[in-house]
Amino acid sequence: MIYRRRASPLHAASAAAASGWCAALAVATLVVSNPLFLVALLLAVLLGGALAGVRHELVRALRWALPVALAITVINALVTRDGLTVIWRFGNLPILGYWYITAEATAYGAVLGLRAVILILSGVLYTTCVDPDELLGLFRRVSYRSALSATLATRLVPLLARDARRLADAQRCRPGRPPSRAALMRAATSNLLDRALDVAAALEVRGYATARRPRRGDGLGLRGWSRHDLGFAASAVAVLGLSIASRIGGFVGFSAYPSLSLATGASTVVASLAVLVCALAPFADRRGIVR
Amino acid sequence: MNGVRLDRVSYRYPGAALPALEDVSLTIEPGELVVIAGGSGSGKSTLLRAISGLVPHFHGGTFAGTVTVGGIDTRSNGPGELAALVGTLFQDPETQVVMGTVRAELGFGLRNRGLGAAEVARGVEEAALALGISPLLDRVTSELSGGELQRTALGAALAGRPEVLVLDEPTSQLDPVAGDELIGLLRRANEDADTTILLAEHRLERCLHAADRAIALDRGRVVCDGTPAEFLAWAVSHAPALATPGATLLAGVGCEPVAGVKGARGALRARGLLPEVGDRERGESQTSFDKSHSRAPRRRLRRDRSASPPALELRGVWHELRSGPVLLRGVDLTLDPGERVALLGRNGAGKSTLLRHAAGLMTPTRGTVRAAGRVGLLMQNPGDYLVHERVRDEAPAAALRAVGLDGSAYAERHPRELSGGEKQRLALAVVLGDVDRDSPPAVLCLDEPTRGMDRDHKRSLTTLLEGIDGAVLVATHDTEFAASLAQRVLLLADGALIADGPAGEVLSGGSYFVTETARILGGAGATLTPEQGIAALTGTAGAIGEPPVVRV
Repeated sequence: MIYRRRASPLHAASAAAASGWCAALAVATLVVSNPLFLVALLLAVLLGGALAGVRHELVRALRWALPVALAITVINALVTRDGLTVIWRFGNLPILGYWYITAEATAYGAVLGLRAVILILSGVLYTTCVDPDELLGLFRRVSYRSALSATLATRLVPLLARDARRLADAQRCRPGRPPSRAALMRAATSNLLDRALDVAAALEVRGYATARRPRRGDGLGLRGWSRHDLGFAASAVAVLGLSIASRIGGFVGFSAYPSLSLATGASTVVASLAVLVCALAPFADRRGIVR
Repeated sequence: MNGVRLDRVSYRYPGAALPALEDVSLTIEPGELVVIAGGSGSGKSTLLRAISGLVPHFHGGTFAGTVTVGGIDTRSNGPGELAALVGTLFQDPETQVVMGTVRAELGFGLRNRGLGAAEVARGVEEAALALGISPLLDRVTSELSGGELQRTALGAALAGRPEVLVLDEPTSQLDPVAGDELIGLLRRANEDADTTILLAEHRLERCLHAADRAIALDRGRVVCDGTPAEFLAWAVSHAPALATPGATLLAGVGCEPVAGVKGARGALRARGLLPEVGDRERGESQTSFDKSHSRAPRRRLRRDRSASPPALELRGVWHELRSGPVLLRGVDLTLDPGERVALLGRNGAGKSTLLRHAAGLMTPTRGTVRAAGRVGLLMQNPGDYLVHERVRDEAPAAALRAVGLDGSAYAERHPRELSGGEKQRLALAVVLGDVDRDSPPAVLCLDEPTRGMDRDHKRSLTTLLEGIDGAVLVATHDTEFAASLAQRVLLLADGALIADGPAGEVLSGGSYFVTETARILGGAGATLTPEQGIAALTGTAGAIGEPPVVRV
């Protein structure tokens, strides 16, 4: 799952605007806990991904995000004793004592799971739609080497995955008894160190060790703010603003304990629809997007 | 511009018993294109690393003497400071490409130098245009082919127009077409921008014609320094392993060796051994080559259908990715027991995929693969097979004996300490398995086994493979190696077999997938090796190895 330039407004936006939009969705998920609002955010991420052409990547991510969400729900239901509505009693268990499951703990676990899914999918959107090299450029003035280390680590992941596949294939070609796991781990680690050494040598001869700070004004390179940048930046601000305002205004209230309390009025529906529309609005501008 | 100067440079890697460079003094003038030749371990890479500043700053060790590049002393300036002056390209492009997209990769070095956005953008565009990689600029580097990656790495080294460019076997992973293109690009960079280029290579026939000068190293010492012609004359008499096939051919018929196909043809024509251009068509003269060649024995291809069942049979094998290109297109292939077959083709043609299907590592989307027994596969990186701490733990004694690594000198050594050629042999022993107890592989497949190997090691590998009982299928870009080993050559293009015939026919019937001898002699008459060429030119055609019987 890597960044690949695609014909979409999100890919056409600058790394600053695109990453800001992804971050806004993630932050909104943490600000609001109302399930209706969260569903709107989930739809925004899924539809945004589809409009950005990364539907397959999102579906792939969902395959392991949903079990994670389910696990969070189950664990919260099992370990949280808060809530008044008992839906299952296990009775008096040795060591654990009197054990039961409440509807509130289950519902709160489901909300946590839903949040986890949105956060994971926002991360997938960021990975597949934001140019890491451009983002590195943004961080050059702040912490160039840390940003480069992060980029290199990302770059090494597919490389090491290929190495691992090659190593596995080579072992399949070996007749007789396969080598022990310890021997394989040792070999894989040695390969990793060799790779790291080669990359370090390549960085040295490209002047990384003596990298100078860019001159003032070079932060965003030659490009100014395009209409896609402005669209996604405005969308990010709107999503964040709506989330915070809705929370402060009490339109998107939700509390699980001691008993479930959920805002489902017209204002909640309007706020949820508004956040969905705001998040997806920049995708409407497809002028200049080459197919 | 002050060029490159090495004054009495000696260097020993940390913990090494012998010096990698010993008392090397050289002056490379600005704008020279210099080929560095030498066997494995001769010090070529170390010399280049000393010029780029990696030796001693990155590798440590003991360093004596001085290296100055563009007037800058490398002892007081590391590779970072030299990066603006020296562009460096190593053998493996995968580990040199550090950024996510080609555009960012080309601009990486320029940004490190603190250049402004406009200067970076201009440097990137110029490098991309010079190398013809503009269409790749927005591609993700992790999805580039080997050739594209190598071009990208070269573009990154060239961006910012360094005064000096050092390249360590840049064509070792490239097919002959891409290799020729790369050498052409280097020559152009050298001529257009007066870039000083130092190029270490094993396949000298690929690059010597483009060079102004050639330097040979042996055990860290300079043993020859002269023009390509002087170098070849020296190589023919003092280091035959470094002589190009063309030089060996010319020396064998009493001509002064010269670099390049055109020069070699000219020399042969001057001696009347090749017809003048146009004479052959007009039939005005018949040289000794024509006469001898006309007597060269030819055999018709035949296949003995009553013989033992095939060692390997692929019938209509397709490999189609669900959302990607077709890797193999209906490949039909039969290998008989004991047959030696070379598989040639451009990077990405499907050679490795075909071998993986043969070895059962991949399942065809359509078609069948049948083998008479076990199929061993030695992939490109022998290190992937070596997972133990001692050589003797890697493979059974019989297999180690078969590859010549059975002595006590090897038994207790760590596999990673072995040289490249020894690692290759050890990996081969791993694939062969217990040849005494189990049955040896019915088919042995090798993927680019001569990558980065010098001629001596290639010769040893050829001898080793000739001694293997089963059929041998070798995917390679090395036409000289294919000519020395194979009876039959397959040419793969875009996943389909486009040629399947005797080595003499396939390796002499084109412009790229041909041996240098065949190119010099005009591609006629199954003369692939210098020895065959000498025999044909001197009229001893009977001595030429008969075109082998090839089963099709």
